[in-house]
Amino acid sequence: MNTDGLDLLYSDVEDDLRAAVRDLLADRCPASAVLARCDSDTPYDLELWRTLQVQLGLAGLLVPEEFGGQGGSAREVGVVLEELAAAVAPVPFLGSAVLATSALLDCDTADGQVAGLLGRLASGESTAALAVPLSAAPGGAFPQGVEADAHGALSGRVTSVADATVADVLLVPAVGPEGPGLYEVAADAPGVRISAATPLDLTRPIADVELAGVRATRLAGGRIAEAAVDRALLAGAGLLASEQVGVAQWCLDETVDYLGQRRQFGRVVGSFQALKHRLADIWLEVVSARAAARAAADALAHGAPDTAVLVRVAQAYCAPAAVHAAEECVQLHGGIGMTWEHPAHLRLKRAKSSEIALGTPGRHRAALAALVDLPPAAQATGRPAVTA
Amino acid sequence: MAENGPDAAEVLRRVRGLLDAYDPGSTERLEFLRARFDAGLAWVHFPPGLGGLGAPRALQSVVDAELAAAGAPDNDPRRIGIGLGMAAPTILRYGTDAQRERFLRPLWLGEEVWCQLFSEPGAGSDLAGLGTRAVREGEDWVVTGQKVWTSNAHNARWAILIARTDPDVPKHRGITYFVCDMTDPGVEVRPLRQITGEAEFNEVFLTGVRIPDTLRLGEVGDGWRVAQTTLMNERVAIGGSPLPREGGMIASVAATWRERPELRTPELHDRLLRLWVDAEVTRLTAQRVRQQLAVGAPGPEGSGMKLAFARLNQAVSGLELELLGEEGLRYGDWTNARPDTVDFYGRDAGYRYLRAKGNSIEGGTSEVLRNIIAERVLGLPSEPRTDKDVAWKDLPR
Ligand SMILES: Cc1cc2nc3c(=O)[nH]c(=O)nc-3n(C[C@H](O)[C@H](O)[C@H](O)COP(=O)(O)OP(=O)(O)OC[C@H]3O[C@@H](n4cnc5c(N)ncnc54)[C@H](O)[C@@H]3O)c2cc1C
Repeated sequence: MNTDGLDLLYSDVEDDLRAAVRDLLADRCPASAVLARCDSDTPYDLELWRTLQVQLGLAGLLVPEEFGGQGGSAREVGVVLEELAAAVAPVPFLGSAVLATSALLDCDTADGQVAGLLGRLASGESTAALAVPLSAAPGGAFPQGVEADAHGALSGRVTSVADATVADVLLVPAVGPEGPGLYEVAADAPGVRISAATPLDLTRPIADVELAGVRATRLAGGRIAEAAVDRALLAGAGLLASEQVGVAQWCLDETVDYLGQRRQFGRVVGSFQALKHRLADIWLEVVSARAAARAAADALAHGAPDTAVLVRVAQAYCAPAAVHAAEECVQLHGGIGMTWEHPAHLRLKRAKSSEIALGTPGRHRAALAALVDLPPAAQATGRPAVTA
Repeated sequence: MAENGPDAAEVLRRVRGLLDAYDPGSTERLEFLRARFDAGLAWVHFPPGLGGLGAPRALQSVVDAELAAAGAPDNDPRRIGIGLGMAAPTILRYGTDAQRERFLRPLWLGEEVWCQLFSEPGAGSDLAGLGTRAVREGEDWVVTGQKVWTSNAHNARWAILIARTDPDVPKHRGITYFVCDMTDPGVEVRPLRQITGEAEFNEVFLTGVRIPDTLRLGEVGDGWRVAQTTLMNERVAIGGSPLPREGGMIASVAATWRERPELRTPELHDRLLRLWVDAEVTRLTAQRVRQQLAVGAPGPEGSGMKLAFARLNQAVSGLELELLGEEGLRYGDWTNARPDTVDFYGRDAGYRYLRAKGNSIEGGTSEVLRNIIAERVLGLPSEPRTDKDVAWKDLPR
């Protein structure tokens, strides 16, 4: 349980990657464009997604070089997520390049089907979604919503799947006669219906996926399939913490800027101590969240033995920190913070829905209790059982 | 200080040399510590000849770990925290060669304990408003005034002291920094009993105390700037040392939770887990701050650590008392003792709860630290001030 080996800083390469992503987003993903898209029927910016892939190879960031990817680790993915979240860029990075890719990497990558799909994701030719509800938490039971029949055809329903409407490939966990399996399904195969839901988080659309006797290819079965899904959720949860840091930092910066300019009562509002202290508290939470998120990313990158602990800690801390920062951002902007036009609400919506995504803080704390041996109180038993 | 001093391998070689020459098992404690100081392994970032090697500060933890593993005695840092954490860096930065030679070695060895004569009844958060006067008489300064909340004054041989040398200029400009001999007949130390029952701090009356000018640190009138070095080091020192996971105050409440299932309730479980997470995140944040320092890129994050640890210690110790339930109704010992260390862990939960209240007051209150973060880190404007350009003697009080 020694974490002294963790590297909690950003390397020069990671700083460069951040700068590149940030520049590109400043140029191609201005707040006005993001907002305009929220009212349109094309919520994703697929051109931006392509540019991120062509210029920076982000779609294949986690994919090893032998499959044509960038061979990056969770550490770089975390940096990218911070920036994408700060800009609330409407691209399917989390769904495809993090969740689906992580699941595939835990299948047998020597298998031609798995390797082929990894190659298509890395080149940007395909975009995938892992067909689980975005609210699914690591450590839960294998999803039971989809059944595979004896011929491997899938039927069932999965709700609230992130980034499904722009995926051409679905990775579907399903239970068949031989037990759990992870299947590849073409999104346009007969019998697949993907219907967009109205999401709380306007910049991360979700959709319900219905499958009626759909032809599928099994990528993994049994324990491997179970572990692949669970580890993808664990990696996703740990990296979501970096998103939360990005959102929280944006909210802090934006609020400090605004309060440094806005005048009431003959002085700059940011000189009122009641507000300064609230911002100092947010600052400390952001600083702390960053350390927690870096710890989780570094542990995931190196497969540290206490990765699960650090992921649970990061989610339990960073999710509420981002919500707090976003709520303060709205409040401290006054009336303008309540408007559709001001970009604060997009971060509030992102922060609140990512608090639910991949396990709520309470679920992560409950999991932590088992991991660090702090067992819950015994159930109240009422009357002692009578032994005959 | 210097970044191009000896590297880790060289430092480790010296540690081994020390251990070879002075077997920790058979060498007398003080003799070992003296040899360690003279080998430059006391504080490796200090200059050679003053207990250091001019090596990167980060290497100190390597030295400490290596010596501890070999069973070597340490200098009982908790007993001499003010000397190590505050007086020493200030003497190093502003002291004359003679002052550094005279004070640093006995300070580090623990032969001479230090205290801090800063706060006064009328000057706490607004420390620059202090009124203790120092008047020049020939080669001496004659100091008269009252200090308060002086931790460990009853054990101290020396004090770092700030006093007003010019009342006719605005308050930040008329202060000078001195080293004060606590055995001077004009120094009177009276215990102040704390909410814990014991008297860890004191009030100190200074009546015609003579301080030779050779014990001045820094220029006349420049004491406020010199004091910033002390205060910054104080805040870094609180929260500076590495902790293992579940180290610190969370350790004892977690242990109680594991050993005493009958005390558990669902609501306490949830709060325990929240605080366990906070403790781990605070620990990681402090670790990140140390990593930034080690690569020579200190960030503003450091200023938040004292705030974070104060809040955490208070919340954890409060939960611990609640968890103990009926036992929490009892207190270990109200005897008005005169301790020479703050021992959070060897004491009962009630003591921890009460003593932790001081964490958000000592070394700058949490309110003042939030002001500092808001103004110096976030760049927000300060409150309107009326006292900045007025001569100290004309300030309303
Ligand atoms: C256990 C302990 C040990 C100590 N040891 C030493 C020592 O060894 N040497 C030494 O010199 N001092 C020592 N101190 C003193 C300590 O540094 C002061 O108590 C502290 O700086 C606060 O000053 P004060 O007590 O005068 O409170 P005040 O400054 O009077 O503060 C009263 C309240 O007002 C708040 N406040 C004040 N100014 C502001 C502001 N601008 N904005 C918002 N809120 C404000 C404070 O946060 C506090 O809540 C010690 C204190 C404690 C508790």
